[in-house]
Parts: sequence; C-alpha cells; structure tokens
Amino acid sequence: MSMPAPLAEVVSEFAEMAGQDKLNLLLEFANELPELPGDLTEAAMEPVPECQSPLFLHVDAADRDNVRLYFSAPAEAPTTRGFAAILAAGLDGQPAADILAVPDDFYSELGLAALISPLRLRGMSAMLTRIKRRLRAA
Amino acid sequence: MSLPPDPTAALQEYAHPERLVTGDWLSQHLGTPGLVIVESNEDVLLYDVGHIPGAVKIDWHVDLNDPHVRDYINGEQFANLMNRKGISREDTVVIYGDKSNWWAAYALWVFTLFGHPDVRLLNGGRDAWLAEGRDTTLDVPEKRTTGYPVVERNDTVPEALRPSGSSQIRAFQSDVLASLGSSTLIDVRSPLEYTGERTHMPDYPEEGALRGGHIPTAVSVPWAKAADDTGRFRTRAELDEIYSFVSPGDNNIAYCRIGERSSHTWFVLTHLLGIPGVRNYDGSWTEWGNAVRVPVAVGDEPGTVAGSR
Repeated sequence: MSMPAPLAEVVSEFAEMAGQDKLNLLLEFANELPELPGDLTEAAMEPVPECQSPLFLHVDAADRDNVRLYFSAPAEAPTTRGFAAILAAGLDGQPAADILAVPDDFYSELGLAALISPLRLRGMSAMLTRIKRRLRAA
Repeated sequence: MSLPPDPTAALQEYAHPERLVTGDWLSQHLGTPGLVIVESNEDVLLYDVGHIPGAVKIDWHVDLNDPHVRDYINGEQFANLMNRKGISREDTVVIYGDKSNWWAAYALWVFTLFGHPDVRLLNGGRDAWLAEGRDTTLDVPEKRTTGYPVVERNDTVPEALRPSGSSQIRAFQSDVLASLGSSTLIDVRSPLEYTGERTHMPDYPEEGALRGGHIPTAVSVPWAKAADDTGRFRTRAELDEIYSFVSPGDNNIAYCRIGERSSHTWFVLTHLLGIPGVRNYDGSWTEWGNAVRVPVAVGDEPGTVAGSR
C-alpha cells in the first residue's frame, strides 16, 4: 500500500484510538481544518454532494510536485469537517503522483466504521475520488 | 417521577401536547430531578461541540442498532444503555437533535418500542435551541443508574400479551405485503426517490437499493413538510391539511429508506394528530427495493396493486 508519510501518520494516529477517544480525535481534526485563503470563496470551489453536509473542495495542481488542497465546510458539520481535515493534513502539499496512488479505501484503516455509519464514511472516499479526478484532468 | 407537561398555549392544539416541550420550558426545568435530556443527531460529533446542559448523547448507529443483525437492540441492551446514560424508567426524557429532530424522532420511536412511559421532543431541536441563544456546555454528565428494568420490545410481544393501549408501532415487510391494497402507505422520501429516478437521498451517498420507485399505493409526503423553516412542527391546521388522506382506523404505515425519516412522520401522525395505530416500516426502501418479486411502482402516481409490476 502506498500512502504519503503525513497521511500514514494520520491513519496510525486514528488506529491507536478507540471509542470516544477516536471521536475526540476526529473533532480535533475538525477544529483544525485550515481556513480558506482570502482569495478563495466557496462559489469558486467544487461542491461535493456525496458528503452528508455541504462541503466545497478546490484542487490547485499548478505545481504537480506540490498540490494544494482547500476545503470548506460549516462549523455545524463537524464530521464532514473532520473528514476534510484528515485529507488536508495527509495530502496537502504532496506530489500529484503520490496522491493518485492513495488507495481509494484508505479511510477504512481509520477504523471509524464502528462509530460512524459506513454509508456516511463514503463522503470521505468521494472527496478523494474528486481530488484524483481533478489531478487526472489537470 | 414525571414532570408536568409544558403548558405553552401554542402546543395545546396538538392531540398529545405532553409529547412536546418548548425551549422556554426546557430552560426553566434544566437540572430538575426526574428530567433527562437526550441529544440524538445525524452528525456524530455535534454533541461533542456543545450540547444542552445536562444532556446525554445517544447515537442511532452505535447505541440503538444491533451491531450484527439488522434490528434494534433487545430489552437487556436497552436497559444497559439506559443505566449507562443515567436514565430511570420513571424519568421524563426530552430528546432533541439536528435536522428538524429527524434522528431525535427516530430515537423517540425506539424508546417507544420499549414502552418508556414519558418521552418527549424539544420542538425545533438543536437548531432552534441555538437560534434562541440558549446555553450549551461541553460537560458530559457522569451519572449512572442501575435499576432500568429489562422490557421486552413491543414488536417482539404477541398482540394478546401486550398491555392494553400499547399498540404495534413497527411494521415488517410481510405486514406491508399482506396489507397492500387495504393499508394507507405514506412514502416520506424525497420526490425523486419516490418516482424511482433515485435510489438514495439527494446529496447523500448511494445507499444500495437495486430498484427505484415506491411501494404501490403509497402516497408521497416528504417528511420535512411537517416542519417549518425553524425546524419546529407546523401548526395543527397545516398538519391536518398535509395528512388529510390519513384516517384513524385505517392501517397506516409510513416508510422511508431505513426508517429514520418515517419516524418523524410517525411522531406527527401519532402524537400531534392523535391517529392511533400508525406503524413505521423500518425495513423501508433499503429492504423493499432489494427484495425479490415484490411489486414496485415508478413515476408520480401511487399506482395500484393489481396494475403494478
């Protein structure tokens, strides 16, 4: 399995936690989702309707060695923010080829399925799918 | 010991106003012995970003569903859950949640399967509480209890053995199939799910039904029609109008995709309009839309039993 080091680190952080601790960790991620840069608005971003709450995504692949990922989700949607923040922490700034090599089902290793309806978890795979699609199109 | 009902005038038009409380009432009763507040959301993290002081969290996926069989927890598991959450059989339980109390109504319906005597909804749920600028906290109550009795789930007890007045509130696929043509079915999903263009909610991931459409004869009334923009229930007159085709005495069954949205409609019909005997078919479209050789209707019309394919 190929995973950029920062993403592998996030995955192992989650794997070490169980139950409420795992939810608390997801909440920490949600709280740390980076703000959008001043020149980017949701209107200019790609909506990700597969998520349970509104999420907007922007992929800047101008530099294929340093892909920038931007996410926006409202504070009242902490789970969606948490999913976005996992991808931001794990994949922002990585080379396009490395992001494309991330397994589509990497999120199953986070071990969240026992806590979050697996159907909702698909929102995370949808974000990754859309990021990859952008990178292939670019 | 039960708390007195909320006397707010606006609630008195409903058939069972004692099943609803307002934010004012709940604020005034925070900390009262005999009151337990339960938050139940779709978003599993919302409780942890702040909740009504004293509220405990109950999650539909983790706490109310059996982890293996597609079913609800049993009487012993429910008693354990209540004890872990510090809830006694005599307590007044007020449930609230996100999305117009969608999941809160589901939790209330499951409490009802176990016959918890006094269980109410906070009108407007989480959003209304926050919009009113009321207090929230990050503190998680530590209280535990030990005495919640093991109660057989209502749907596992034969009709003849159930206490009088405790009607069946759960319908199974076999019930729906057997009563097709003589029952009133209410499909509370979105219009595109009803017509068959979609097999899942708009904006939601594909959730696995092999066929699109609805159960023949089912009338489409999306669940959210029963709530206004603030998440509070519509007035009695508005609800009477929306559900004018539902008659007491008919075999009324509501369904959606997995039984959560239809719990909201079940609450409206049962407690706000006072229609007895309404059942929630929790197998819903994720069961019916995958079942072999059950009739399916597509398009805008309810369709008929004989004419369906």
